[in-house]
Amino acid sequence: MPFGQLLIDGLAMGACYGLFGLAVVIIYKTSDVINFAAGEMAMFSTFVAFHVLNIFGYPFWMAFIAALAFAALLGVLVDYFFLRPAKNPTLLGLIVITIGAQMLLAGLASWKWGAEQKQFSIPVSYSVTYEPITGFIISQWALAVFITAIVIVSFMFVFFKYTKMGTAMRATQQNKHAAKIMGIKTDRVFAFAWGFSSVIGATTALLLSAKTILDPGFMMEPFLRAFAAAVLGGLMSIPGVLLGGFIMGLIENFFGYVWPSWKPITAFVVIVLVLCVRPSGLFAKHYVKKV
Amino acid sequence: MINMKRAYYEDIELFKSGTIVFWTIVFLAVLVTFPLYMSNYYLYLFSLMMVYVIVSVGLNILVGSTGQISLGHAGFFAIGAYGTVILMTSLSLPFFVAIIAAAFIAAFFGFVLGLPALRLEGPYLTIATLAFGLAIMHIIGHTEFFGGRQGLVAPALDIGVPQLGWSYVLDSMISKYYLVLIFTIIMVLVAINILKTKAGRAFVAIRDSDIAAEVIGINLTMYKTLAFATSAFFAGVGGGLFAFVLGFFDPFTFNLILSVIFIVMIVVGGLGSVMGSISGAILITYLMYDLFKNVDEVPVVGALLVAFSQQFMTITGMDNFNYIAVGLVMIGIMLFEPLGLFGGWIRLKKYWKTWPF
Repeated sequence: MPFGQLLIDGLAMGACYGLFGLAVVIIYKTSDVINFAAGEMAMFSTFVAFHVLNIFGYPFWMAFIAALAFAALLGVLVDYFFLRPAKNPTLLGLIVITIGAQMLLAGLASWKWGAEQKQFSIPVSYSVTYEPITGFIISQWALAVFITAIVIVSFMFVFFKYTKMGTAMRATQQNKHAAKIMGIKTDRVFAFAWGFSSVIGATTALLLSAKTILDPGFMMEPFLRAFAAAVLGGLMSIPGVLLGGFIMGLIENFFGYVWPSWKPITAFVVIVLVLCVRPSGLFAKHYVKKV
Repeated sequence: MINMKRAYYEDIELFKSGTIVFWTIVFLAVLVTFPLYMSNYYLYLFSLMMVYVIVSVGLNILVGSTGQISLGHAGFFAIGAYGTVILMTSLSLPFFVAIIAAAFIAAFFGFVLGLPALRLEGPYLTIATLAFGLAIMHIIGHTEFFGGRQGLVAPALDIGVPQLGWSYVLDSMISKYYLVLIFTIIMVLVAINILKTKAGRAFVAIRDSDIAAEVIGINLTMYKTLAFATSAFFAGVGGGLFAFVLGFFDPFTFNLILSVIFIVMIVVGGLGSVMGSISGAILITYLMYDLFKNVDEVPVVGALLVAFSQQFMTITGMDNFNYIAVGLVMIGIMLFEPLGLFGGWIRLKKYWKTWPF
């Protein structure tokens, strides 16, 4: 396989990991929760799109909108019913709640749609390719990923910088209690962050389902890689997470080409090595705990 | 966490009162006479429960008492299982030597994982341990020496020393049950006593505040890695027994879900308490691998669920009902009883003691 295609495929996968990592980071930054259910929430929304498209037989754009609307609702509901009632939660307690939500959603999806693989196609295909520069083959899918990534990231930039909700979110990230005193309804901010993150996750999952397969477990691996990418980027900065995603995608693609059977774990080995040297990821200042 | 001890002697004694001695003896008597009135399936289920009790008691030393997070314990479990079987078949070591050696190998890996863990906390530690568990699973799955993807079949469980002509093969489920029971009792006693030693108190001090612990002279490097190694040792022993309880296993037995289930066991049972980990392991194993796994065989509810599945869901997806139920149990426990079953028990006891106030 030529260098150019490995590079572009790696970057496209990396953009997916980066986007999904953003979904993890938005929640982590706002409410200090590592959302282990992120993958399954996105998977469930993708299944909603599948249901609307293949079983109800509506056109793709309607399935797409239905999936995103469902994703936003699901995010808000998970926050409202599972996280908000928790009393004085510890880090481990929150992780257990999100893992519980993950098992619940995975079980529900395979109960509803069965555990077997589904035929699901979105209008962009992995096999249709263009070759703008010799040696650099770019598939329609990769193009769609790049465009989605640019749209989402620029939207987030504008959102966090110029809108009232974005400012409120940044304030909540800095200091929850101070934000509350300033009149920000932090509960609403959390709910919004969950919905927002879930929508980003669902978009990424729709793209990923075109590259891989659709079954109730298909988002587990991408989620772990995205989480690893987010950790690599430091869990705090948005550009850091995107860069972490790209590094992850490239490493995985190049190493996976050289040693195909070790592809699933190269990324994780890299993560552990990086964490040994920089305990808070590549792009974050090391956090020193006060006594 | 939930500690109402007032004197040093109270802290080091094994049983707090005669009542507890009595109930412990009754409980053990029930366990010992269990094979008399239970079928092989329940013996298998109970052996599995006790294996998980060993692992979760060990994991609780790390997570509950020392305050570190590990999502990679399935890796240590796998090292224990593969180590025991391979030491027995390749080096033809006797069973007891093999299982202890495998547990020490697991403990060594625990020590190695403990080294990066010294500098990591929270999500960073989570991903590092998670990566370790996945790496072990894939390394085993890709190496022909370990049986690859096909997995391994456990050899005959010979607890004698066959080379010296003294051989005693345990082949029935009953004898395996007793072997696992003896191991479980020993490991639980070890765990209870570890928490009463200097090391145990150092673990608790690190959990409450690692900086304060360092200031009063606890060697963080030593005790954090020791906690990882101890916990991995327990998982290794559990894994070695698991290999023989199941008889056959492949790398995907030891996946991330298993690590998650270990964490769930101790959180549901109660962090930082041995009784909690025992009850959590028993409850979750029962729900996950018996009650909700075969939910269609439960009277009334099972038939209703089957009808519901045929109407609105898929009948093949019913197998995953245990995930739905256990997920709900996890969320429910965290929301309504964050200290787990053990916390609920303490609350109940306090309520009766101080009734009607």
